Amino acid sequence: MSALFFYIAAAVAVLSTILVITSLRAIHALLYLIVSLLSVSMVFFVIGAPFIAALEVIVYAGAIMVLFIFVIMVLNLGAQAVGEERLLLRPKVWAGPSALLLVLGVELAWIILGGHGGAPIQEGLVFEPKQVGMALFGPYALGVEIASLLLLAGLVGAYHLGRRPRM
Amino acid sequence: MGPVPLEHGLALAGTLFALGLLGLLIRRNVIFALMCIEIMMNAAGLAFVAAGASWARVDGQVMFIFILSMAAAEVSIGLALVLQMNQRLKTLDADAASDMRG
Repeated sequence: MSALFFYIAAAVAVLSTILVITSLRAIHALLYLIVSLLSVSMVFFVIGAPFIAALEVIVYAGAIMVLFIFVIMVLNLGAQAVGEERLLLRPKVWAGPSALLLVLGVELAWIILGGHGGAPIQEGLVFEPKQVGMALFGPYALGVEIASLLLLAGLVGAYHLGRRPRM
Repeated sequence: MGPVPLEHGLALAGTLFALGLLGLLIRRNVIFALMCIEIMMNAAGLAFVAAGASWARVDGQVMFIFILSMAAAEVSIGLALVLQMNQRLKTLDADAASDMRG
């Protein structure tokens, strides 16, 4: 019964990813990409990784998607932007992502209200954030340091590339 | 139905990765290329988490956190490059940037 949640979320993920790569406008593709990331997050929750599911929503669907939206809004400056806004308010644009999100929402309410714990790949195996943190700062401490260096390099690189060229 | 078989988790990851690769091949807009790279990295992370759960080890989730930080660094550089490209070439077509200087 509970493995059904996995298959529903997987179907939503594949469907919305197909719509991402076939959308003509970047902002439509972005809406579908957010739905795709949220459904993959649901898959993580169902297979027994609730911490990773929360990270997926916060970092991928939150921070990274906000960067994308920010850049698209910056690029769309001008008279064309007003037309874009008017276009976004038509139901045709948001009906598709909303319908897919409704499926995920019903599934989430079903899991929470029904008290189902999902369907982990191994029966009853759910990792708590504490175990992930113990592994991250125990055997993988070197990896954490390298990741912090990578993020610092990304910060410096983004600052350098984002500067306006000196005249 | 009991637990999810590992094969189905890996099949989902493979499908999402293939869709991301397909999008990267058929689209010429650099913003779409970045989105498809995000899809592919997300699929790789899904494969790590599913395999880690199958062997009852937490390492898969640790690898996902590393992939997440790499994706964050990659997307910040990529979007800065998109802004530069828009300033210099006035277009987002990847084919427009095919010439090298020198």
